[in-house]
Amino acid sequence: MEVRPVRDVSFAMEPGQFLGIAGPSGIGKSTILKCIYRTYTPSSGSIVYQSQLFGPLDLAAAGERTITHLRKNEIGYVSQFLRVIPRVSATDVIAERLLAVGTDRQEARSAAQTMLGRLNISRELWDGFPATFSGGEQQRINLARAFIVRPRLMILDEPTASLDRRTTEAVIELLLDMKRQGTTMIGVFHDWEVMERLADRILELDGAGSARLRNANAATSEGGVQHG
Amino acid sequence: MNGNGNELELLPVDAGFRETPLLRVDRLVKRFGKGCAYCRETANLIGGEEDPESTLPKNRCPVCGSVIACSGISFDLYPGEILGVVGESGSGKSTMVRSLYFDDEVTSGSMTISDYKEGKANLFEASAQQKRYIRNHLMGMVYQNPHMGLRMNYSSSGNIAEKLFAAGSFHVGNIRGRAGELLDRVEIPLNRMDEPPRNFSGGMQQRVQISKALANRPPLLLLDEVTTGLDLSVQARVLDLIRGIQQDLGVSMIVVSHDLGVIRMLSDRTMVLKEGRVVETGLTDQIL
Repeated sequence: MEVRPVRDVSFAMEPGQFLGIAGPSGIGKSTILKCIYRTYTPSSGSIVYQSQLFGPLDLAAAGERTITHLRKNEIGYVSQFLRVIPRVSATDVIAERLLAVGTDRQEARSAAQTMLGRLNISRELWDGFPATFSGGEQQRINLARAFIVRPRLMILDEPTASLDRRTTEAVIELLLDMKRQGTTMIGVFHDWEVMERLADRILELDGAGSARLRNANAATSEGGVQHG
Repeated sequence: MNGNGNELELLPVDAGFRETPLLRVDRLVKRFGKGCAYCRETANLIGGEEDPESTLPKNRCPVCGSVIACSGISFDLYPGEILGVVGESGSGKSTMVRSLYFDDEVTSGSMTISDYKEGKANLFEASAQQKRYIRNHLMGMVYQNPHMGLRMNYSSSGNIAEKLFAAGSFHVGNIRGRAGELLDRVEIPLNRMDEPPRNFSGGMQQRVQISKALANRPPLLLLDEVTTGLDLSVQARVLDLIRGIQQDLGVSMIVVSHDLGVIRMLSDRTMVLKEGRVVETGLTDQIL
């Protein structure tokens, strides 16, 4: 069996940009993201990433050791699902990411709590176990885990999927803040409105296997809403 | 997010990246049984990559029928990395770690550790004395069965003292202090440090084993099915502990388990064994 979700997709992004990917489901939006994060190895082609430590680097061909290092320090990934060790408090789950890059434990915990506060997670839950949280809260823990290390490249796979209005606002605020600080981001959102507020450019995939890249405001005028 | 500047705070360029592997295992072969001229000659062939189309039975010598538990396992382990090893029962996982810890003598292959003689000496060929040094200083092992790693009738602190003593620490006060420190790290109450592990629950015994393995701050820790046989909440606690230790001390680990959940949570990279050979290796989220 061979499935080819993505074929001949090419795009480039400038540092500090936000690229949104749009298209109907099953078209390979997430596959593109997973190829960049190297959960999938691309069958062919190259993904050139300007790494801070290694210089220009082809992620499709890079060694595993390089990738694990990049994941710890430079590339962040947020999906809809949270997978953590059970019975570790929310604060520690988030602080863990900072410990991995050598931050002091006390400092990491306080940074984690600041982050929890920003994402509207009530104070009683800070010492609770994320596995027992509601879907939206888990999602936010997931976001906090990725945001706290301030990666250079952030990969977002529907990070606002199960969030209410107010929390979505907080997440957008946070994303815009990170963008201002220079993080490059690439993301898939099912919510067209969110996409429009965040993205500089939008990559549209359609069933015929072609991809078009355009500026975010151009997409509005051409009525891209049906892709939401 | 202090918001105090527009510049992305950059990490120091080095950021803990080390190119040289801590542990390098090359073509490890372990054969059980006497062996014959045929399998000695083809020891490399049976597990090797030279002949993928070979019709030889996968892990048995076709002539004498000796079992080849590990046939040509090679891998690198980098500093601070957790390598998961998965595979069905009988795939050679435990034989592999036991060989690495010199519990079983290997048939052929080489292992080097960058902290020992600059990574140039093949440790499988080291003398008994050198092996003892390596086991005490450079490696820690946690067995599935606590009876293997602990002396059940000695006190817990005595178990750790044994390790410290072997590494040349003779001051009783220092030994007790360090033992207390280690047991405290694995959340064993200090008022029980003089009790023998046979009085402890399975999870506690496992934690004592972990602290014993860490006694001399080895750069490498081998964990053989640590959580098997423990109930779920104790499993979670042990996993959390292992994760915490990894972050605090930066030790490299080889985690052997047939529980994919354990591997998924702990390891950076995963290696899949089948019939004594590596069938797949890659980043954990690529494989699971």
